[in-house]
Amino acid sequence: MTFASLLAVDWPWASWPWWADTSVKMVFAIVAVLIPAGGTVYLYLFKMVSFMQSRLGPMEAGPYGSMQLLAELGKNVQKEDIFPEKADRWVFALAPYVVLMSTFLLAVVVPFGPQAQFTNLDTGVYFALAVSSVSVVGILMAGWASASKYSLLGGLRAAGQLIAYELPLILAVVGVVIQAGTLNLQEIVAAQNQQEIFGWGGIGNPFILTQGLGFLIFMIAVQAELTQGPFDMPVAESELVSGYMTEYSGFRFLMFFIGEFATANIFAFLGSVLFLGGWALPPFVTDLLGIEWDSPWMNVIGPGVMFTKMLLITFVIYWVRFTYPRFREDQLQKFAWKVLIPLSLVNIAITGALKVAF
Amino acid sequence: MTDTTDAPEEAEVVDEARTALLEAITDEWGDAIVDHHLIPGKDLWIRVTSEAFGDTADYLRDRQRFRYFNWLSAVDWMPSPFGRSMDAEVDKLISAKAGEAVEEEEAEEAGTGYAGGDTRFQVIARVNNLTTLLGVTVKADVPDDSLTVGTWTKAFPGSDWHEREMFEMYGISFAGHPGLRNLYLPGDFEGHPMRKDFPLLARIVKPWPGIVDVEPMPPLANSLSPDGETPGGESADAPSTTNPGDSQ
Amino acid sequence: MTAVSDRRQLAYIAAQAADARVNVELEAEGMTLNIGPQHPATHGTLRIVARLDGEQVIEADPIMGYMHRGYEKLTEVRTYPQVTTLINRIDWLGSFANEVPFILAAEQLMDVEAPPRAQHIRTILFELARIANVTLFLGDMGVQLGAVTPVFYAFRDREHVLNQIEAATGGRFHPNFDRIGGLKDDLPAGWIEETKKSLKEIRKFCDQMDDLIVGNEIFQARTRGIGVIPADVGLSYGLSGANIRASGVDWDLRRDNPVGLVYDKVDWKVWTHPDGDSFARYWVRLQEVRESCNIVEQLLDTIPSGPVMAKVPRIIKVPEGEAYIETENPLGVMGYYVVSKGGLNPFRVKIRSASFSNMSISPWLLKGAYVPDVITILASLYFILGDIDR
Repeated sequence: MTFASLLAVDWPWASWPWWADTSVKMVFAIVAVLIPAGGTVYLYLFKMVSFMQSRLGPMEAGPYGSMQLLAELGKNVQKEDIFPEKADRWVFALAPYVVLMSTFLLAVVVPFGPQAQFTNLDTGVYFALAVSSVSVVGILMAGWASASKYSLLGGLRAAGQLIAYELPLILAVVGVVIQAGTLNLQEIVAAQNQQEIFGWGGIGNPFILTQGLGFLIFMIAVQAELTQGPFDMPVAESELVSGYMTEYSGFRFLMFFIGEFATANIFAFLGSVLFLGGWALPPFVTDLLGIEWDSPWMNVIGPGVMFTKMLLITFVIYWVRFTYPRFREDQLQKFAWKVLIPLSLVNIAITGALKVAF
Repeated sequence: MTDTTDAPEEAEVVDEARTALLEAITDEWGDAIVDHHLIPGKDLWIRVTSEAFGDTADYLRDRQRFRYFNWLSAVDWMPSPFGRSMDAEVDKLISAKAGEAVEEEEAEEAGTGYAGGDTRFQVIARVNNLTTLLGVTVKADVPDDSLTVGTWTKAFPGSDWHEREMFEMYGISFAGHPGLRNLYLPGDFEGHPMRKDFPLLARIVKPWPGIVDVEPMPPLANSLSPDGETPGGESADAPSTTNPGDSQ
Repeated sequence: MTAVSDRRQLAYIAAQAADARVNVELEAEGMTLNIGPQHPATHGTLRIVARLDGEQVIEADPIMGYMHRGYEKLTEVRTYPQVTTLINRIDWLGSFANEVPFILAAEQLMDVEAPPRAQHIRTILFELARIANVTLFLGDMGVQLGAVTPVFYAFRDREHVLNQIEAATGGRFHPNFDRIGGLKDDLPAGWIEETKKSLKEIRKFCDQMDDLIVGNEIFQARTRGIGVIPADVGLSYGLSGANIRASGVDWDLRRDNPVGLVYDKVDWKVWTHPDGDSFARYWVRLQEVRESCNIVEQLLDTIPSGPVMAKVPRIIKVPEGEAYIETENPLGVMGYYVVSKGGLNPFRVKIRSASFSNMSISPWLLKGAYVPDVITILASLYFILGDIDR
């Protein structure tokens, strides 16, 4: 099979000059971040939520409003670039980019196939969780620089919340790391694919089965990290009028918007890598297709698999977001410190004990 | 205490609860009460002296168990100096039809309302007793020179906003109110809008059009749709009251 | 008179606590936060100047009047039939209910009574206005707390009732249907069956809200124990409607003083809740919508025949006198104190609107609350700005 052998050779950009390599990767990064973001925003934020709320959502731009995103983009780009009078202009202007940067940095380590990855860090999990908190800096910058009391309250709430939920997020992932025995995301995928459930390896061993509690905590913490309802106290539109985003409009608001929803996707990608088996097809499927689990074909199929799993997880994220009322700030902190963190510690202890036992 | 009971044909309606209440109030609070008015089966008014107005709240709440503060308001009994000048033309038409001379309004005297009154302004307040389900309307004259009566906020904190509203709308002060300032109006607003001599600017600047700006009703059966067809169907043989200028 | 009562003590506990704490800690002036006049939680143009210590409110001062339309002044230059057009706009979500007490007061002064059929239909429309009004609250409370979806259900299902109001009166929001001595028109054909159908939808909606909001743990955590109004404080502030019934006061003018309306011919129940917190206020309103469906269903089956208009002169001249009529409106007790001097116009109309009194407790209630709870409390008190500003 010529195409397969074509894929089997070394990746062409391995021998390319560094700038060509980097340019291609940048294009792919933008694709990997923006296309899923646009897709989920249209599919879920515009359409699914509308159906849940017994309305139609956008219907005018394109068939079933499918071009609505372009319309929104055009609208926001056209808008006047407004700085509040007393804003700290540099910080105010920079803040959305810091938030967006955190999103792109997160995407760096996510594997979409055996070789389809921007970079393969040995400490991928560590890196991902570390850069995810960079967005706090951007949000604090936005909240402070806007020179608005609503923004300030929102920024402070966001900082408190993101730091509080960083911990359960990390602790939830520790269970996976213990079970896989590695911090490398590719190896975590491999571990899930190669392990067996009581001697049956038909679907590998996606960690959601053994780390169900961890997955639950991970999802809750992600919801809070994304400041999506019921954890949207920092942006609570009915009291803080969008919190740290109050004073933003036009293109800068769009940056925040993209940052918010693209981060949701990247976290969903991470969640599918950590808990749902990543890009790999279940072994019985690869057996049926007659390919190796990490054959070069998976560089083509893998992104599709990842996209499907991402859609599943983001569906849950949006579903929850539009169903629950929001927690109050103190309830939210209590929930993190008194419920989620003890639970994840218990999860780690049990995982560790079982790991030693078997 | 004059007997100001209502019209004679309703005199046979006996309102035991309100009569008993009135008796109890006159017995205990008699010094303060100037006058009263009772419509059997409907309502009870008492009028207290200006000095006793503030304490009446405490009395009614603590001794007569009127725990529910309903509202507090005021009336300016001065006839409007603008007479009917702010009325619409149509109102004057109606007045003429009703056999009411438009001009003689000037002779109107300051009324007094139920239970009487001696001053231009009166404050009115209403409290309810949720056990006996009776309400009582308390009136008091506001002295013309000081325009001040006692506050009800000590007995009923809810009276706060009502008194502030009366302060800005009528210029009545309430002695002992914790923070008497404008409620609705801007702080630098001049005048007291609800007084009768405060002109309703909308009607002074531009005469109230009334029926004038209403287009004349089209003749019946002539409600033409844009393409000139009668909505009733093809039977276009409507009475020929059609305005010739309109058709085609 | 008496010494400082327990009510007054209660009124200052929160203030003293907050002040003492501030004095001890920093003696710093808190941040002043302007909530409004344009703010999503004030549905209208209410402005609350809140002095904050961190996120806690030390002092809240509501500032109104951005939408004051001077109805009390305007009524003095309108004839009695013209006044209903104005007062329709006071509580714009349940407009028909605004007309009724004024018309009843005028009728009392003129000593006329609407025929039984008119009274019956009035009561039905009155309750439909209540359903249309409170239904929106049931969804809106969710959106104030961050649950976006219920408010869309509320708008969807309110439409069933608004359609019926429109079919009967010709106006969705401002019917202007009540006349001194009766009603403008009789009911259209088939209206009773259609209304029964729409009531079924409302009952379904109430069950949905029961599941979606009342049963939700987060909603309960956000509302239970928040904004507690003790019964005697509520009474002295003149709270009414569901706000006072949620504090355990069993008082409903529909049952206790049904002037001119036929509630005494129906088998129904007044709902109360002992807690007095935001949750209780929501819960009571939810039950009241169901009870209203119950009332309307019974009334629809027993409409008497006859005219809908009593004999009144073509030109309404109201004899000299004073009358005060109050009814249990969707937002609470609404009353009109009408002073007539025997002319075509009222001499003075005092409009006792429910939201004005309901909101007057807010400075007391907001003291010591956290900013998110401010929104909860304001939402649960359920005010409509036209009802405050008049």
